[in-house]
Amino acid sequence: MLVIKDLHIAIDGKEIIKGINLEVNAGEIHAIMGPNGSGKSTLASALAGREIFEITKGTVTFKGENLLEMSPEDRARKGLFLGFQYPVEIPGVSMVNFMKTAINEQRKFKGLEPLSASDFLKLMREKQELVGLHAKLTNRSVNEGFSGGEKKRNEIFQMAMLSPDLAILDETDSGLDIDALKVVANGVNKLRTKNNATIVITHYQRLLDYIVPDYVHVLYKGKIVKSSGKELALVLEEKGYDWIKDETE
Amino acid sequence: MENSQEQILSEVTGSEYKYGFTTDIETELIPAGLNEDIIRMISARKNEPEFMLEFRLKAYRHWKTMEMPRWAHLNIPPIDFQQIIYYAAPKSRPNPKSLDEVDPELLRTFEKLGIPLEEQKQLAGVAVDVVMDSVSVKTTFKETLAELGVIFCSMSEAIREHPDLVKKYLGSVVPYTDNFFASLNSAVFSDGSFCYIPKGVRCPMELSTYFRINAANTGQFERTLIVAEDDSYVSYLEGCTAPMRDEHQLHAAVVEIVALDNAEVKYSTVQNWYPGDKHGQGGIYNFVTKRGICKGDNSKISWTQVETGSAITWKYPSCILKGDNSVGEFYSVAVTNNFQQADTGTKMIHIGKNTRSTIISKGISAGYGQNSYRGLVKVTKNAAGVRNFTQCDSLLLGDKCGAHTFPYLEVENDTAIIEHEATTSKISEDQIFYCNQRGLDNETAVGLIVNGYAREVLNKLPMEFAVEAQKLLQISLEGSVG
Ligand SMILES: Nc1ncnc2c1ncn2[C@@H]1O[C@H](COP(=O)(O)OP(=O)(O)OP(=O)(O)O)[C@@H](O)[C@H]1O
Ligand SMILES: [Mg+2]
Repeated sequence: MLVIKDLHIAIDGKEIIKGINLEVNAGEIHAIMGPNGSGKSTLASALAGREIFEITKGTVTFKGENLLEMSPEDRARKGLFLGFQYPVEIPGVSMVNFMKTAINEQRKFKGLEPLSASDFLKLMREKQELVGLHAKLTNRSVNEGFSGGEKKRNEIFQMAMLSPDLAILDETDSGLDIDALKVVANGVNKLRTKNNATIVITHYQRLLDYIVPDYVHVLYKGKIVKSSGKELALVLEEKGYDWIKDETE
Repeated sequence: MENSQEQILSEVTGSEYKYGFTTDIETELIPAGLNEDIIRMISARKNEPEFMLEFRLKAYRHWKTMEMPRWAHLNIPPIDFQQIIYYAAPKSRPNPKSLDEVDPELLRTFEKLGIPLEEQKQLAGVAVDVVMDSVSVKTTFKETLAELGVIFCSMSEAIREHPDLVKKYLGSVVPYTDNFFASLNSAVFSDGSFCYIPKGVRCPMELSTYFRINAANTGQFERTLIVAEDDSYVSYLEGCTAPMRDEHQLHAAVVEIVALDNAEVKYSTVQNWYPGDKHGQGGIYNFVTKRGICKGDNSKISWTQVETGSAITWKYPSCILKGDNSVGEFYSVAVTNNFQQADTGTKMIHIGKNTRSTIISKGISAGYGQNSYRGLVKVTKNAAGVRNFTQCDSLLLGDKCGAHTFPYLEVENDTAIIEHEATTSKISEDQIFYCNQRGLDNETAVGLIVNGYAREVLNKLPMEFAVEAQKLLQISLEGSVG
């Protein structure tokens, strides 16, 4: 699904990701953890195609194709989804209109007809239920006046609507209360198939109780310094990052 | 960061004007320049009664004493009024009885513009008066409307066929002394539309006029008059386009609306005159005076405008709220891209008791565009219980454009409740990237955001035209986001 080789990413000439290798296969869930400022969001945004992050070295293939050559919208249409750490508000643009446009752009890309109004509304209702997003929110403008938790839930809702092959969820659990966390995790699990993959970026072991990862990676100062099974998250929860810092320095 | 923002903006606001073609048709022109002989010539061409010639000459003599206004936030290059041709008419037969008499080249032109002249091909429920250069080419559904007593015809025809109505109302809202451009228009106006809705009639169709400038070096000076008798209702829409030409062309129109007791007039404009090219070459100078009077109690006049065209726009559709409980509304979206400039807004003059007005203005600036809102809310001494709400928003795309607001308030009655809100916002790169990540390209993203921003105003347009206006907004910003 996703193969990253020796990836270096810089912003304003300053290197932030300093050589990462990562392979994510269909059906897998990977967790990326790491202290603040270690470069997790940078990696996620660069994979989604944010231009300010300059790829200075390395390769990334997504479903066998060179990801780095694609525009951000083509990456999305091909099935890459980023759940934003800080979802942005778009005043005046209703969620319904936004999602309809997004779905139909994706369908156009795949050579499909636009979804009929009734099929679209059915899909909306179904996915709203799946992630427990209140219907009144989808009648509002994109993220406008949403609480922190509602914004995160809305990211998962959009993921459910677009059913991506690879979802990268950047701290989707931050700001969620425990019930919301369960609903969101439940949504991710229900959407899971053997054909799609998820990368969850998180600071908390708690989320990984609900979304059980196949691998946990620790990102530190722009490098993956440790990769292991799900038990690594427990160790991190207990001991923090200091022992890893000691090991690497 | 700045670079990619700039790039997005320039991609989205750089597209070509779709209506820039010219029609190759024989045109009857009079010599360029302006003097009393020219005015007599125009009046004679149109077989006008004496009172019209008098009106024109008075206006001309007054205009000669005036100077071009300079108070707007516009950079207006000098205009040589003696270089302009004041009358140009396609040489086919005037007042065609049927379509067979209309030049096929003209039919093709309007077909191309999406305005078929054959009634059966038209949008159901819309009657159209089509004006090319200085004359009305064709008015559709005239007979259907006549059965209800609704008069919808060209201004030239109204002057000949309904002189009493014209005499009574022409210049009653915008006198020929009103301002420089209104005086000029009063002297030389060529054609336009006339609508008269009799007492108690709810006009069953949208009435619409489509203006097209074709001939080079000519100005277009149209005149529209709408009279709504007691308890009547009409919704009227105007659209306009022009060929792409390197030189600027002048358009100075006057629109007058009279609403009597309980009458309601909805006036919508989709203004898409040629805006000039990316470097500010060419484009229409659009100097327009639009004013309505709510003369009767409980009457209502509502202006909705989507202004995307013209190199310069100078326009303040206004309401005189004279009747008690009358209502004035102004909903506006104005786009300035590349080197376009707009100074637009409204005046709400509250004279009657318990009169109310709403002003929603949405400016969008891109490229080097300059967009100003200028609005006056005036409450006279005897107008008790007045309410006004004004909301004035500006959206900036890029950092070379500008948005300005000039609100004026004159309140002489302290029972008035006046509210004013203003915001300025930008489309952020974060918003565009968020859309990109959901599969939207830059143009679609900007189109969606801009339409979302303008939604409140677009919703006020008649349904058939709202979709058209949405597309137009997106197209007129193409290339502005990179
Ligand atoms: N737009 C930007 N401009 C300049 N520096 C940036 C930008 N974005 C990120 N950085 C820097 O890159 C480094 C990595 O930031 P990043 O957001 O990727 O960290 P993170 O691992 O996601 O942290 P957190 O756990 O706090 O979300 C930080 O030092 C940050 O300041
Ligand atoms: Mg982060």
